[in-house]
Amino acid sequence: MVEAFPHDFVLAGDGRPVEDVVQAAIAPRYTVAPDGLPRRLRLTWLDTFDWRLYHAGLTLRHNVGSRVSDYTLTGDDGEQITAEAKGLRWPSLADALPPGPLRARLQPVTWVRALLPTARASTVMRQLRVLNADGKTIAWLTVSDLSLPGPGTNGVPSRLSLTAVRGYQGQTNRIVRQLTAAAGVAPALRSPLDSVLAAAGRQPCGYSSKIDVKLTGAMPARSAMQKVLLRLLGTLEANVPGTVRDIDTEFLHDLRVAVRRTRSGIKLCGDVLAAGTAEAFRGEFKWLGDVTTPIRDLDVYLLGYDGMAAGLLSATPAELAPFHHYLCQRREIEQRALARALRSRRFLDMTRAWRGALAAPAPRRGMTAARLAADRIRRADRQVLRRGTAITPDSPPESLHDLRKRCKELRYLLEFFASLHDPAIHQQAVRDLKGLQDCLGEYQDCQVQQHEIRMFAEQMMAQRTVPATALLAMGELAGQIARRERQARREFAGRFAGFASAGSQRRFRALTSGSGP
Amino acid sequence: MKILATYNIKGGVGKTSTAVNISHLAARDGLRVLLWDLDAQGAASFLLRVRPRVKGGGAALIRGRRDLDAAIKGTDFDRLDLLPADFTYRKLDLILDASKKPTQRLARLLRPLGAEYDLIVLDCPPSISLLSESVLHAADILLVPLIPTTLSVRTLDQLTEFIAGFDGHRPKVLAFCSMIDRRKRLHREIAERLPAERPDVAQTIIPALSLIERMSLERAPVTAFAPRSAAARQYAALWAEVAERGL
Repeated sequence: MVEAFPHDFVLAGDGRPVEDVVQAAIAPRYTVAPDGLPRRLRLTWLDTFDWRLYHAGLTLRHNVGSRVSDYTLTGDDGEQITAEAKGLRWPSLADALPPGPLRARLQPVTWVRALLPTARASTVMRQLRVLNADGKTIAWLTVSDLSLPGPGTNGVPSRLSLTAVRGYQGQTNRIVRQLTAAAGVAPALRSPLDSVLAAAGRQPCGYSSKIDVKLTGAMPARSAMQKVLLRLLGTLEANVPGTVRDIDTEFLHDLRVAVRRTRSGIKLCGDVLAAGTAEAFRGEFKWLGDVTTPIRDLDVYLLGYDGMAAGLLSATPAELAPFHHYLCQRREIEQRALARALRSRRFLDMTRAWRGALAAPAPRRGMTAARLAADRIRRADRQVLRRGTAITPDSPPESLHDLRKRCKELRYLLEFFASLHDPAIHQQAVRDLKGLQDCLGEYQDCQVQQHEIRMFAEQMMAQRTVPATALLAMGELAGQIARRERQARREFAGRFAGFASAGSQRRFRALTSGSGP
Repeated sequence: MKILATYNIKGGVGKTSTAVNISHLAARDGLRVLLWDLDAQGAASFLLRVRPRVKGGGAALIRGRRDLDAAIKGTDFDRLDLLPADFTYRKLDLILDASKKPTQRLARLLRPLGAEYDLIVLDCPPSISLLSESVLHAADILLVPLIPTTLSVRTLDQLTEFIAGFDGHRPKVLAFCSMIDRRKRLHREIAERLPAERPDVAQTIIPALSLIERMSLERAPVTAFAPRSAAARQYAALWAEVAERGL
C-alpha cells in the first residue's frame, strides 16, 4: 500500500473518542494529553484555474477563525510557510498577499494566473500532545473534523496529523508504526484537499488547455476531428466566465488559443466534417478571433511593460507612466467590448450550433484518423519547408508572417493527433518546430508592437494630454523593440535550418508513415 | 542573532533558573530562542524534560564533526529549542584546549545558527576556565546573578576588569541580585544599594522563592506553570531590563 501521507491518519469512526483510540495504540510507552481548547476554522483552498499549485505539489489554504486569518502553504515534501493576512478578496494575483516568504514562494509558480477558491469547508481542530515517560512532548497530534457546506456532500472522516517535535523524529516514527497497526485508525491516502473535493463529488485538475483526447488510428477521420473540436469547444467555454470577469489574462489567452486551433482544424481538416459545416462556421470563428485581438495585444504590452520600462537607458520609468496609464484605459474599454461580445446572442447561438454540428454521425466507410493525420501533417510540413526555403535576407516581413501561420497550423495538427504518435518522436518533432516558432513569434510580436506604439503615440497626441517626456520614452521603447526585431530576423536562418535538417525531417516522415487506408 | 550568557564563577546562585525563564519569556515574546545547556550536570535539560545526552558527546560538537543543528531538541514551548547537556561536557576545557583559537571556538560554532534563531542563551557551568572564556568572547550580554555578599561584588569587579582587557568584541555585563531573602538585613541593604550605585546592576531583583525551587518538581519554567506569580513577574521585569539594554 502506498502511504501518501505517512504522518496522517483517518479515524474509522467506531464510536470511541480519538484520545482513547490513540492511547490504546501507543500505550504504555507514550501517553496523550489535550492541549488548549478546540478551534473552529473556516477553510478555503486556493489555486489557479489550471491548478498550478496542485501540479507543483503545493496546497494553499486560507484559515479563518475568531481571532485568526492566515494562509498556509504546504508542500508534498513537508515544506510549510504561513503568513497572516486579513481582508483579501479572491480571485486575485498572488501579489495581493503581503510581502514575505509566502508571496515570494507563490509568485514564480502562479506567474500571471490569479488564485481563486477551489474548495471550502469548516473544521473543528483540536490539538493533543504525545508525551514520553519524562512527560516531554515529543509530537503534536492535530485532530480535524471537517464538514462541507451545502447539501449533497458526503462526510469526511476525522483526520489525525502527527507532527514530530524537533529532535524526536525517531520516536514519532515509532508512534506512526503503532498507529498504522492499530484498530480504529487507518493511514490517510488522500490530502485534506483531495478528501474535501471527493466528498463534494469533484476531481482536482478539472481544467487543462491541452488537447488531451485519445484517438485511435482506425477510427473514422470525422469522429476523430469531432472529438478534437469538441474538446476545443470545451476549453473555449471553460474560459468564457474568467474572461468576462477579467480574472486574469490567461483566460483570454487560452480562449484565443482554442479559437485559433479550431479555425486551423476547420481550415485543414474541415473537409471530413459533415457537408457545409466548415463553410458555416469559418466566418463565425474568425469573428470570435477578431473580437479578442485588441485586448490581447494590449495584454502583451502590459505583461512585458515592467521589463521594457526597466530596460530604458535615456528615459526613466516614471516618464513612461502616462503610456502605462493610456494602455490601462484602452484595456478597460476593450475589455467591456469583449465581455459584451461573449455575452451576446451571436456567441451563444454560435457555440450551441457548433456543438450540434459536431454531433453529426460519421460515415461507416471512408478515411481513417491515421490517414487524415498523416496526410495533413505531410502537407503542412511541405508548406512550411517550401515557404521557409523561399525566404532570403531581402524577403519582406509578410513572408515571415505567412510562414509563422503555416508553422502554427503544423503545430496544431501535431497536437490534434498526438495520441496517434510515438510520444518520444512527437515531443522531439514539437521541439524542432518550437525553436522556429519562437523566433517567428518574436519577430511578428515586435512588428505588431512597433506599429501599435506609433498608433498609440498619435492617439495620445490627439488627446492633447501626453507630456513630451512620455513620447520620448515611448520612442526609446520603439528603439528597444526594433532591436529585438532585428535580432529575431538575424536568428531566423539558423532556426529554419534546424527545422529543415535531415534529422528533423526524418522525425516528421516517421510521424506520417504507416498511415493505412 | 544575539547571544546571552548566564554566568557566575559560583554555583547555586540562580544561573540555570534565570537562563530557563529568560529563554521562555523571550520565546513567548516571539523570538526564536535556542538555549544551550553547557553544564554537564544538565539542570536546564532536566527542567525542560529533555534527556541530557548528545550523540558523539561534547567533543563531536566542539570539533565540528557533528552539526549543532542535529543535536537540537524542541521543547514543549513554541519557538524555544534546547541544545541539551551531556556528561562529557565536563571535559569541554580539554577539548577546547586542543582546538585552534579556543576562545573564539564557541562564537564560530554558533554563527551558522544566526539564520534560525534570534537569541541564543548559554547556560554556563560555574567555573573560571577556557570554556567560560570562550563564552565571554561569544556573548553579547552577560547576565550575572549576584548573591548579596561583599565577596560577590568583588568577583563582579574582577569579571568586569577581565572583560575590559579583551581586544575587539566585549560583552555588556548586567548583574542582578539573586536569591534575595528579605528577612535578612544584609540582603535587603545590598539589594537596595547595588542597583543605586552601579549602572551594571539591574534594578530588578530575583527573590529566593519556593516557587522558583518548585521548577525542579514541575520541570517547567516558572513563567510557564505560574505565569502570574511574583516569581514570574520578577523574571519578566528582568527580561524587560535585558531587552532595554540591547536585546
